[in-house]
Amino acid sequence: MSDATAAQAAPSTVEVTIDGVAVDAQPGELVIAAAERAGVHIPRFCYHERMSSVGMCRMCLVEIDTGRGPQLQASCMVPVSPQMVVDTASERTRRAQEGVLEMLLINHPLDCPVCDKGGECPLQDQTMAYGPGESRFVEEKRHFPKPIPISELVHLDRERCILCDRCTRFADEIAGDPLIDFTERGNDTQVLTFPGEPFSSYFSGNTVQICPVGALTAAPYRFKARPWDLAQTESTCTTCAVGCRIAVQSSRNELVRCLGVDIDPVNHGWLCDKGRFAYGSAGSPDRVTSPLQARSGGRVADIAAVEPMRNFEPSDWARALDAVAAAIKTARPGAIAVLGGARGTNEDAYAWSKLARTVLGTNHVDAQLGDGLAADITVGLGTATIDDACTADTTLLVCGDLREELPVLQLRLRGAARSGSTRLVEISPTETGLTRDAARSERCRGGEAAAVLRDLLDSDDPLSEELAAGSVVVVLGRSSVAESADAAAEVASVLADRVPHAKFLVAARRGNIRGALDMGLAPGLLPGRCLSADPTPALAAAWGELPPEPGHDAAGILAAAAAGDIDVLFLLGADPLTDFPDSVLARLGVAGARTVVAVDTFLNQSTIEADIFLPAAAFGEKSGTTTNFEGRVSELSELVTAPGSSRPDWMIAAGLAMLCDADLGFVSVSEITAEIAAVCETHAAAMGSPVDGDGVLVSGAAFEPALPPAHVAPPRDAYGLRLVCNRKLYDGGVTVAQTPALASLRAETALRVHPIDLERVGVASGTEVEVHSERGALRLLIVADSGVGRHNAVLAFPSPELDVGALIDATATVTDVRIETRGTQEPAS
Amino acid sequence: MSFFTEENRALAGEIIGRYPKRRSAMIPLLHVAQGQAGWVTPEAMTEIAELVDTTPAEVLGTCSFYEMFKREPVGKYLVNICVTMSCALAGAVELMEHAEERLGVRAGGTTPDGMFTLASAECQAACTEAPCLQVNYRYRYRVDTEGFDQLIDDLASGSLAGEIPQHGITARVRQHIPADRAVGAVPPAEVNEAPVWLAAPAPNGAGPA
Repeated sequence: MSDATAAQAAPSTVEVTIDGVAVDAQPGELVIAAAERAGVHIPRFCYHERMSSVGMCRMCLVEIDTGRGPQLQASCMVPVSPQMVVDTASERTRRAQEGVLEMLLINHPLDCPVCDKGGECPLQDQTMAYGPGESRFVEEKRHFPKPIPISELVHLDRERCILCDRCTRFADEIAGDPLIDFTERGNDTQVLTFPGEPFSSYFSGNTVQICPVGALTAAPYRFKARPWDLAQTESTCTTCAVGCRIAVQSSRNELVRCLGVDIDPVNHGWLCDKGRFAYGSAGSPDRVTSPLQARSGGRVADIAAVEPMRNFEPSDWARALDAVAAAIKTARPGAIAVLGGARGTNEDAYAWSKLARTVLGTNHVDAQLGDGLAADITVGLGTATIDDACTADTTLLVCGDLREELPVLQLRLRGAARSGSTRLVEISPTETGLTRDAARSERCRGGEAAAVLRDLLDSDDPLSEELAAGSVVVVLGRSSVAESADAAAEVASVLADRVPHAKFLVAARRGNIRGALDMGLAPGLLPGRCLSADPTPALAAAWGELPPEPGHDAAGILAAAAAGDIDVLFLLGADPLTDFPDSVLARLGVAGARTVVAVDTFLNQSTIEADIFLPAAAFGEKSGTTTNFEGRVSELSELVTAPGSSRPDWMIAAGLAMLCDADLGFVSVSEITAEIAAVCETHAAAMGSPVDGDGVLVSGAAFEPALPPAHVAPPRDAYGLRLVCNRKLYDGGVTVAQTPALASLRAETALRVHPIDLERVGVASGTEVEVHSERGALRLLIVADSGVGRHNAVLAFPSPELDVGALIDATATVTDVRIETRGTQEPAS
Repeated sequence: MSFFTEENRALAGEIIGRYPKRRSAMIPLLHVAQGQAGWVTPEAMTEIAELVDTTPAEVLGTCSFYEMFKREPVGKYLVNICVTMSCALAGAVELMEHAEERLGVRAGGTTPDGMFTLASAECQAACTEAPCLQVNYRYRYRVDTEGFDQLIDDLASGSLAGEIPQHGITARVRQHIPADRAVGAVPPAEVNEAPVWLAAPAPNGAGPA
């Protein structure tokens, strides 16, 4: 029988009987999962539907009869088979459950009253539901020092551990960071890290969430609240553009915890630690919670670094907004610009987009800070979803290190590669978090991925056949901010030409960047994914006349501001001095604008230069919708009150419009949502009615993005190295700096080069050297890293302590650097 | 810098080359590490993790599962006296008391000169020869107190060096597989003929130490 007929003959369901009820199970489905779907809950500790079964805890023992009489078997280890009869409530099952619980509790301390898990503890709950009521054990329990920190974020209490293998399995199978493991044997078995090597996984917080007892606790949440006192809402994480579904919890109007929510299309219940713990920044004492205006005497430069608040005097909304309105009214036509908007909701972005176009009369808006792909490519090219990328025959990765930029996407792709559902092919300047799981990983010089790809497709390399033969998803992004966005766009050109059936997933990075671009916060774009030159009729009717001249992007805005051509510069949650690749231009631009208005939560490098600071509401403090990098719209919920007089961005836009004698036409978030649904055909379904947890994918755009023609590779500096500025999860941005739990995790910045290149430079790894680009110079440590491709010099951006942007010229295609070793200091041996 | 000697590093490379997956070489490399230092040092575990492309935590997890991998320094000679039933009936308790007095350490301790570690052991499957003990896992049968003293004297004087290597060396002839008998790293799915050693000649003279 051929495979095809075998597949036809295979039954699509398997009929089993669970507690006397006939159930149609999927072939290969585990008994515990089939029972769950049929509404029969079998107690369990170690079983987790997103991980492989191990049968460690024995709690799911039930009587299973496969024709040889009923036997007690672990239902998480037995797949269904035809005519199987399962009894989850028999006397023998009940006695087995009692026995298992009595055994699990032999060594488990009864410290529930002081345990963070108490009240939401599976062991506590199932002991109440299935336990024997009392124990026959009178012996002394096993003792360990408690708790021990196994990382900066996670504490381990080994006395409470029931050895279910969930955390260790997660670390190995899902995260790929097996930094915790069972050690010792028998009665001494315990989960531990290697001495001196902490559990410093980007995903460590997930182990706390899936621990079925109180053995693993998160440092930021320890003793903060009791579960029954928590208020909770389901929301969507906006720390990066993956848009993981998240449960946000608060106690006494303070965010205290975030948990991952399992949705199929996106995060499968997992979160990265930045997403899980960044809520801590909302309550930071440095948060600015009332409007500020620059001190009339001018800035005190040397004080700014130490005591930024002394540059400002307290204001209130009436005075601050009046000052902004006055600046707007006196501005020359076309001399107003808005930078940012990726931090807010879709509604915030829409309100600011409408304010800019209809009230401020400007097209100079850009939610990206020169660190993404061109807006029309981000909006118009991407049609693939995460699921598409996880099931394509080949998924081509030409983007930054997803582990650092979009961590949960890396988890999904890693899982897909390991299960064999896709084959990863990577072209990047350095090794990434997915290199180990990629079927193929090619190194390229920074900015030359397109050339490498073209050479591969032109040669007799099997890659071109593989790409031609099956479905292809390309995860496209900017692997370095030291190269221009055209480098990635050129990859798209090459693929559109040679592999026309390839679908793209644009790995836009920042929070709600996709939503901001969809709402028109980009020069040349308008809400509903249409071009400014060609607005949809509904939008044209609603917005009326639009500013005629084309707008500048972030680089153009900053250049215009530096030239004195921008009178009012709005920084809408944007920190160009940190995030714009060319920090020299960013500094000149922010300094050159006549009036800088910051709408933000913190004083950062850029907003400290503001003339007027308007405090904004942050994550958890406002409702609305957000759009992830696939284009999936999902809901954000408000749980706590914004501190002080902070307001959501849209409300600030509406207030400003009124002071400028205009009316944006909405006074609540729901009115904006309705207006978006009405004027944006693309978003009619997603925003016209409440969306469920999975969100609604908004697909299609009203235009085809213009891909740049293939260009000649930039000249190489034969003696230099190509600068690659890649992102780190714990970066130099303000979110990490203001989150107590994460601030200490930022890595020291060093220049990483291939050992052979380091040899050519002629210094030892760990030496302090001077790095020169055409733009500037930096003194920093140089270290050897065999994961870096030849001729590259890799530097994290933005760095907490170094002005890496000083090396980068925003107008250059690539940045080459030379290493000066004069006056170097050898590392202390 | 590196833990392994140059020779053992080469051996490690050879061992790793035998497996389709590097991780499979973890336990053989732990043996090499213990053979080199007499116990498995943290540095050894870190280096093995690097060699087999995993984390030190996983090496520790594996290493600590096996009682015969020692993660604390032990003496040159590890003396395991069986104290389970048959040996206990045949005088093992008295033998242990004598051993403790003779060596000046309690069971589990190591003599200050680093020569002997005394340990009590569970049944060593030599009940017909009770009381029995092992020195670095080499059996000594029907040991009485005089026999024990003689054994310690011989070990201390070095006259048994040829018979009992220092702790950590489980066998003297091992690990190096001649090329004509080596299968090499073949993924199981790709095996389509009998392994080469089926047809290879019998080894001449090579046997366990």
